[in-house]
Amino acid sequence: MPPMTFAQKVLSRASGEKANTGDIVNAKVDLAMSHENSALVLRSFREIGAKHIWDPRKVVMLFDHRIPANTIKAAEGHKEVRTFARAEALPNFYDLGEGICHQVLPEKGHVLPEMLVVGTDSHTTTYGALGAFSTGIGATEMAAVWATGEIWMKVPETMRIHLRGKLPPHVCSKDVILHIIGSLGSDGADYKCVEFVGDTVSRMSIASRMVMSNMSIEMGAKAGVCYPDRKTQDWLSSRTGRRLEIDTSYQSAEADEELEMDVEELEPQVACPHTVDNVVPVGKVEGMRIDQAVLGSCTNGRLEDLAAAEGVLRGNRVSRDVRFIVVPASREIYIEAAEKGILSSLAKAGAVIVNPGCGPCLGAHQGILAAGERCISTTNRNFRGRMGSPDSEVYLASPETVAASALKGVIADPRRL
Amino acid sequence: MMAGRVWRYGDHINTDLIIPGRYLDNYDLKHLAAHAMEDVDVQFAKEVRPGDIIVAGRNFGCGSSREQAPLALKAAGVAAVIAGSVSRIFYRNAVNVGLPIIVCPEAARLFEQGDTAEIDLAQGVLRNPRTGASVSFSPPPAFLLQILQDGGLVPHLRKRMEAGPR
Ligand code: SF4
Repeated sequence: MPPMTFAQKVLSRASGEKANTGDIVNAKVDLAMSHENSALVLRSFREIGAKHIWDPRKVVMLFDHRIPANTIKAAEGHKEVRTFARAEALPNFYDLGEGICHQVLPEKGHVLPEMLVVGTDSHTTTYGALGAFSTGIGATEMAAVWATGEIWMKVPETMRIHLRGKLPPHVCSKDVILHIIGSLGSDGADYKCVEFVGDTVSRMSIASRMVMSNMSIEMGAKAGVCYPDRKTQDWLSSRTGRRLEIDTSYQSAEADEELEMDVEELEPQVACPHTVDNVVPVGKVEGMRIDQAVLGSCTNGRLEDLAAAEGVLRGNRVSRDVRFIVVPASREIYIEAAEKGILSSLAKAGAVIVNPGCGPCLGAHQGILAAGERCISTTNRNFRGRMGSPDSEVYLASPETVAASALKGVIADPRRL
Repeated sequence: MMAGRVWRYGDHINTDLIIPGRYLDNYDLKHLAAHAMEDVDVQFAKEVRPGDIIVAGRNFGCGSSREQAPLALKAAGVAAVIAGSVSRIFYRNAVNVGLPIIVCPEAARLFEQGDTAEIDLAQGVLRNPRTGASVSFSPPPAFLLQILQDGGLVPHLRKRMEAGPR
């Protein structure tokens, strides 16, 4: 029998039946994540008439989008969920102390290869970087998962993207994924399980792989996976305290679509307003005046991202005309960056460092844009109105490109400083 | 069968356009309805009437997992969304909140702004009474149709829970 694809393998195990591509299966969920919208989940959960969560150990809840609460409504939402989490004695409720869900769950060792993970957030695809089958769902559907532990899933086709070659200096995984999204379009991987493979991916750190998996939703992917390897094993054992066996038999399964890309000549990329697939090499937009630069988010708020930006800015000062906002993705990263002197160096360069969380990414607080303003950001979405006024603009780029731009006050190429 | 007045939109209408993130701290349905489609069409929330139908192009509802997107449309009175293609999370959310959603690549060519759209969801037929043109689409699988008929996942599951353990 030919080997199953990654998606078929996980969904067969989770449903207890042979899952062929295109089948709809009823699958058991291994991990269920929700953030602020737990309030909405809770509302549906009660309306269903459910009493208790099917398996509290498999549920992780935290706040990250609006922390500390920025409005009375947000505070009330937090309070309602907090009360419920305490009453249910949920073992994995992190409140607002830890940071962005997509960093905190892997950090705390909740995510393992081949798990079926669902989260009430579209960037739940991030956990694919550790070899999980991981995807976003809505709040009401999560209420049903809380009640039953099950969900229907259509078994997706597999799109395997081979990445070959060494990345040039000042070019990173963010540039790779932006380039891929630019080429395939915002629905180019619609409903598919995307697998990122090849020597470029093998060389990437786990944090860099998370960038790839995180943004695979921006081309419509249901899941975005990097095969677990020695690096994954080491990373996971440092988080879970145990060594996991991994079996990647799905590597040799036949994919529905295979694409190839050589990264050796890749330039820094920028996604222009107002869609993520509107991608150009940085040279095309160089020199454009900016008002704000944001370093952070579940895409690029990790230690290597902060370090890369600090490397660009060390000993310099960002342009007076730019507000440079830095948001470490988690408390752990915040502490590490502080201990390594990265935060003080960034602060000396003029950064405003805010608490770990989503920060201004979704336009809720901590750096909302006024009409006519332009921002360059390491986040993952540049939709109209995403970071504030519908008449503002967001450009997406790598940490180095954002730091270089903050320094110059205009969109700048980190290779030419 | 249902019929409603058509609002025509283009490709890639994302969830931030359907309901911007700045309004998401308040789950009140009236509040969501008042800001539906605001960043793409300010007239929409003002003029939409119960029973109206959205007809859009490719990749409708791409972006975030916010269930408030289909909820805002439903609360504004939208009776169904027809699109050339639909992002997977929006599709699931629409069914789960009881908003009928139809995927039909030819629909965009069938209707203009202000037309009436006739939908036979179970048979999978769209018709424009003005032009007489019609196209077929594959109707949702039976279990999703059942969720829609029950008015969404919450009433659907409540019904099941009340019927006793399976
Ligand atoms: S950082 Fe941005 S994209 Fe990531 S979870 Fe938060 S709001 Fe969503």
